[in-house]
Amino acid sequence: MKTMNLAGYAAALTLSLTMTGSALAQGTLRIGMTASDIPLTTGQTDNGGEGQRFLGYTAYDALVNWDMSSATKPSDLVPGLAASWAVDATDKTKWTFKLRDGVKFHDGSAFTADAVVWNLDKLLVKESPQFDPRQSAQGRSRIPAVASYKAIDPLTLEIVTKTPDATLPYQLAWIMMSSPANWEKQGKSWDAVAKAPSGTGPWKIVNFVPRERVELVPNPDYWDKPRVPKLDKMVLIPLPEANARVAALRSGQVDWIEAPAPDAVASLKQAGFSIVTNAYPHNWTWHLSRVEGSPWNDIKVRKAANLAVDREGLKELLSGMMIPAEGFFPPGHQWFGSPKFKLKHDVAEAKKLMAEAGYGPGKPLKTKILISASGSGQMQPLPMNEFVQQNLAEVGIQIDFEVVEWNTLINIWRAGAKHESSRGATGMNYTYFIQDPFTGFVRHLQCNLAPPAGTNWGSYCDPEMDKLFDQVRNTFEPKEQTAILQKIHEKYVDDALFLMVTHDVNPRAMSTKVKGFVQAQNWFQDFSPITMTK
Amino acid sequence: MLLYILKRILYVLPVAIGVSIVCFLLVHITPGDPLTAVLPVDATLELQQQMRALYGFDKPLPVQYGLWIWRVVQGDLGASIATGRPVTSEVFNAVKNSLALAAAATLIGFVAGAGLGILAGYFRGGWVDRIASFVSVLGVSVPHYWLGMVLVIIFSVQLGWLPATGGGPQGSASRSWDWDYLRFLVLPAVTMSVIPMGIIARTVKALVGEILNQEFVHALAAKGLTERGVFRHVIKNAAPTAFAVMGLQLGYLLGGSILIETVFSWPGTGFLLNAAIFQRDLPLLQGSILVLALFFVFLNLTVDILQAAIDPRVQRA
Repeated sequence: MKTMNLAGYAAALTLSLTMTGSALAQGTLRIGMTASDIPLTTGQTDNGGEGQRFLGYTAYDALVNWDMSSATKPSDLVPGLAASWAVDATDKTKWTFKLRDGVKFHDGSAFTADAVVWNLDKLLVKESPQFDPRQSAQGRSRIPAVASYKAIDPLTLEIVTKTPDATLPYQLAWIMMSSPANWEKQGKSWDAVAKAPSGTGPWKIVNFVPRERVELVPNPDYWDKPRVPKLDKMVLIPLPEANARVAALRSGQVDWIEAPAPDAVASLKQAGFSIVTNAYPHNWTWHLSRVEGSPWNDIKVRKAANLAVDREGLKELLSGMMIPAEGFFPPGHQWFGSPKFKLKHDVAEAKKLMAEAGYGPGKPLKTKILISASGSGQMQPLPMNEFVQQNLAEVGIQIDFEVVEWNTLINIWRAGAKHESSRGATGMNYTYFIQDPFTGFVRHLQCNLAPPAGTNWGSYCDPEMDKLFDQVRNTFEPKEQTAILQKIHEKYVDDALFLMVTHDVNPRAMSTKVKGFVQAQNWFQDFSPITMTK
Repeated sequence: MLLYILKRILYVLPVAIGVSIVCFLLVHITPGDPLTAVLPVDATLELQQQMRALYGFDKPLPVQYGLWIWRVVQGDLGASIATGRPVTSEVFNAVKNSLALAAAATLIGFVAGAGLGILAGYFRGGWVDRIASFVSVLGVSVPHYWLGMVLVIIFSVQLGWLPATGGGPQGSASRSWDWDYLRFLVLPAVTMSVIPMGIIARTVKALVGEILNQEFVHALAAKGLTERGVFRHVIKNAAPTAFAVMGLQLGYLLGGSILIETVFSWPGTGFLLNAAIFQRDLPLLQGSILVLALFFVFLNLTVDILQAAIDPRVQRA
């Protein structure tokens, strides 16, 4: 038996050396993504945060980029293709962007203000020849503030917003710049561009096999020299099935997988793989209805529910793969501020609050919550929600779940708590991308964003909160803006506006050959500093 | 014979139309928004409506069906919502991969299954029969996605002999019929072959047993034919049914491999369907289901015709 095993391993070794040895020697990183297809390669990618991570910020840049260089400090905005920007001193809707000089697209054409105008037209102007419905669908809703734009000179761009809006740089950080010259060269066809794309980013997309793999090689002429990739090649492979991802990693077919299933983490660690995690702007929450008649209109009930949840116990349930919520944003985030209401596990206090609210052992609060069985960013919704359900039952809140399919839940979320599709539920378990002021705060609670105008699902409306949102839009000094965002977060927590439960830790598993990766506290990551050891 | 073929082909037409209506309706009555895949979750209602109009989803269902089927008969299955790539090329690329997988699995399944079946049928009641029957029952009963994972754990993770996932060293574009490519085919094909193996083994065993009990076999033996000669007659009599079962199995394998293709990330029709379902990519979903369903219809037709050619009794029936 022993000799057979040895022979087997020898054969495996020879095979793997002949198969992959040469590739590894040149420093090739192979990543198994969770997406079921290669995200859109033309610029404005699909597949949400993962698409932007792998085919947005790799091959492209935005005018304003995210700083992905640190694992320890929260990620903030940094100049990208725009070297600097400023809002007009008198007219706060008029912004001037000074573009970086000497930047070239991968096809060699120059990046200019005209290229930015062309790219914004690609998303916003249906009549423009380069208008692309697919990229428009991804990008348009990200830049709601933009009213008009024009090139002043090759390196100066002017953008006018509909109303004063200091969050414009955050919005623009979503918008990727593709090459107009390449689009012309590819016969003005975005389908052709998808196979031979051209951006300004640190990586060039080469060799694209739909649904199976895409290869990226470094762009040696990248404008940000420290971010010129050290690897020779990066291969991205869609592996939507969680077990297939783990098998691919363990058999050495890939060096890195996104989102290993929590129950595979222990065995991966045991087999010598590293599990990299970090906080990032994600939350797992119950979005509460504030429609008339909802029990959550009483702050005592909201606070009681928040105090009833045993977040440490939940962490144990998830083998430690979560960050217990201390607020709506993860602890340590630049907008966290110093809320007074502490999200501790205090059943006695919770019971007291419930009694004050008029509930008690003989008179429990009964209500219905919508949840999904699985979905993007939802972690493990069934066991997690059942855990929370038990916690709430202890303080006299009896929850009935209505389980719907994830895409159905998204549609209910768009329709709002008042809509019949919500079936009388007073809350829904939703997971949020909370990376900028709009996605993090405004869209959930601004009065005029109640459905169908927006996604303030619970129809919350507080003039005081709206005033704070206005201040954010009208405060152009970044430090002062941060102070207001902190105030907003404090109000989120102190008023217990959500049932704040946990944050995901964005786990990825990788072979120990992968060196130099710094997991930023961001949905996007920088692959430039990575190297592979033999 | 020609009349028979023509008659069979005429029967196919209403079936094909029925299939197209069913697959169109099935896709449209399932819950979920066809634009979920392309729109960011917080896209405004206005943007959703614009996109819906752009893709023609705002029109009444019969109109949508009419437009779709009109393009389909011209050979155009439309373009995927999620990727913009033509559905026809997506489906046919996937069909090529599934065909390779299904053919390999059927071949393995047929050879192994027929072998086991003949052995079991010939040595009915003996230990050979018991072993062969055990293997074939196991083949039919084991959930194949589970078997796939077990094979991956043994041969990819522990032994490192075969790749765990993927359609080729550089993706399926590198299909080249050498070991570099074929090693990617081994595990999914073996996993997939166990069900047809079990079914064919059981069918052949029953057939062989039944034929052996027929009078003509005794007559042949009585006429002094050697055992090998008799055996040849038995095989020849069992062959049409065995082939028919194999044909149907090939059809099942082509359409029913979602689990295996997902476990092995094999870029075939099952993998494509899975992606299309999760992305609510209606044109892609409709297109792939239609192609698969029609494939099945034509496979049945071919098997029927072949059966009639081999065994003239079928024509009269």
